[in-house]
Amino acid sequence: MKKAPFLLSSILISAALAGCAEKEASSQPEVAAETIDLQNEVDAYKQFAIEQMNQFVVETEKFTEAVKSGDIETAKAIYPQARMYFERSEPIAESFGDLDPRIDARLADIEEAGQGEEDWSGYHKIEYGLWVENTTEGYEEVADQLLVDTKELRARVETVEVTPDLMMTGAVDLLNEVSTSKITGEEEIFSHTDLYDFQANVEGAEKIFHILEPEIEKKDAALTEDLQAKFDALYELLDKHATGEDGFVSYEELTSEDTKQLAEAVNQLGEPLSRMGIIME
Amino acid sequence: MTEKDEKWLEKKISRRHMLKITGASAAGAAVLASGMGGVAKAFGFDILDDDQTAENKVLFYGKHQSGITTDTTTHIYFASLNVLVESQSELQDLFKMWTPLAVRLMNGERLEESSQGVFTPPKDTGESAGLDAANLTVTFGVGPSLFDNNKLGLGSKRPTELTELPHFSKDQIDDKFAGGDICIQACADDPQVAFHAVRNLVRAATGKVTLKWTQTGFTSTPKVKDKKETPRNLFAFKDGTVNPSPKSAADMKEVVWVQPNESTGWMTNGTYLVVRKIQMHLETWDRTSLQGQEATFGRHRDSGAPIGKKKEFDEVDLNAKDASGNPHIPADSHMALARKVKDRILRRGFSYSSGLIDETGAYDAGLLFISFQKNPKQFINIQNALGRADKLNEYITHRGSGIFACFPGIQKGSYIGEKLFNVL
Repeated sequence: MKKAPFLLSSILISAALAGCAEKEASSQPEVAAETIDLQNEVDAYKQFAIEQMNQFVVETEKFTEAVKSGDIETAKAIYPQARMYFERSEPIAESFGDLDPRIDARLADIEEAGQGEEDWSGYHKIEYGLWVENTTEGYEEVADQLLVDTKELRARVETVEVTPDLMMTGAVDLLNEVSTSKITGEEEIFSHTDLYDFQANVEGAEKIFHILEPEIEKKDAALTEDLQAKFDALYELLDKHATGEDGFVSYEELTSEDTKQLAEAVNQLGEPLSRMGIIME
Repeated sequence: MTEKDEKWLEKKISRRHMLKITGASAAGAAVLASGMGGVAKAFGFDILDDDQTAENKVLFYGKHQSGITTDTTTHIYFASLNVLVESQSELQDLFKMWTPLAVRLMNGERLEESSQGVFTPPKDTGESAGLDAANLTVTFGVGPSLFDNNKLGLGSKRPTELTELPHFSKDQIDDKFAGGDICIQACADDPQVAFHAVRNLVRAATGKVTLKWTQTGFTSTPKVKDKKETPRNLFAFKDGTVNPSPKSAADMKEVVWVQPNESTGWMTNGTYLVVRKIQMHLETWDRTSLQGQEATFGRHRDSGAPIGKKKEFDEVDLNAKDASGNPHIPADSHMALARKVKDRILRRGFSYSSGLIDETGAYDAGLLFISFQKNPKQFINIQNALGRADKLNEYITHRGSGIFACFPGIQKGSYIGEKLFNVL
């Protein structure tokens, strides 16, 4: 559950304000007067988000089936994998202020919003059942609702108006997510599968970078090189904590030195990533 | 320097700035000679000039780096960094990139004249807007670990004196506050200006350096009829009474500045910085009688005079005895022990307060000790002499430590640390 919809709009507003102030100061003439055509990029990103959402529905179906049939082990195994599809396309998912919390709220988010446990639904609620109570009993309805919400999310993705700004802000937000909640283990507080979300968030940011890469290259070839190097470095670090083909160790196994290294790699990437906006200028 | 960095730094001199520097004729002539259109360049990096008209400004260029014999400011933000760069040329580029930024910061300017666009974050973090230079000094040094890094190939440039400090009696150094490849000491009369300087230098070097540890500090110099008095530490004792005067060129030559052939060639006119984060146990100190406090230092608290004397600068006589035959100044007092060493150092200390110690709830406060000396041995001898005997040890714990070789001063057209790369 992310506060990003709010964040996103506040960024847009402050950008607009900064623009006005600058015009008044009149020392800098151009305030992104000309807009470049990024329709292909926008379409490509939307396509990516839809693909991710399709997979998210498929995996959520398997997950909820496992929950309903009481198969705790299978449910636990699918849980982190299914969530990665959601985490990769989070900039899109979180544009639905109502659906996002229903699917992805943590209990702490619910409480912060002044609601009680009875208002809690979605993945993290079932996470609690699986890892803390070690049961699926009593979670059947939650599973049903989760599938309904997930399908609705998939349907509504078609309606999202994707803008270049949403993409660029979204990429940075994905990394901010990593540095504020994944790196602290707050996201998956019961299952400790934070590194899956971590990996998926980074992949989501990288996808945006790759879509925009040719445009960035035109403006600043060194930036694209730098970004790819920083993405690679981060993946390399994540790989150190991988288990098997597509898994990660529990967050609890990370030492503070490990998390510090990861956090630094994220920051090293985030700073150049925030400069992708040059393509608009 | 990468192409990207060059673009970043390629800025036209604003009209206001141009007027300012052409106003200062000598500097103006230099800029005029090198072309009016933009910033002069050498080695592919920008050359900016000290803005002599800026308020509360310390000069960046000179024989020695600023922030060493410069008047002590009220605030410091000290940062120890590790490098991420993997070659000597990348390291060189880092210092080239930093040079014009440091000049700008010390001119009280931001890294860009105004925000360039709304779709990218501003180049300057902006919190110093509207503030003047506040006597900002930015001092750069390099630590022993930089020379151990084989990728950088600087092993042969390492001064023999530059090794990690030995373990001293009662040290409890926490790796969290120790060492570092590079130090940036930012001192200013405004804490926001000092912080802004480090924040922006580190940010501009994203991907090239990473922060290892940082510490803020503060100090206040009391004045009597405009005459500066010796500042006090958090134990309320005057700190630095016997400090050599930075105004005395002879003293500085003898104590601080490396002279030709005294160290490796590139260190000539440079100096060694020792930094210690010394926690002071304020709670136990505050429970100590005045007599006990004074016996610990060997001085009277209020006047700063040696025990048995009246004034701060009265001569110290370690042999003077009271009526019952005991020395006025206890042999285990901080001053008595320090006095026995011939070595001198230039101290530039600050107090710090960093919240509380988690485990005990005690103040995490003390002394951010910084000293400059032409040879680290000067500090080591003094610290060893204090040893286990120092009565002050009961009230302090050394938690952090670092040693850095501070480059000589930078000449216009050159860059920070150039001599490290070009002079044996």
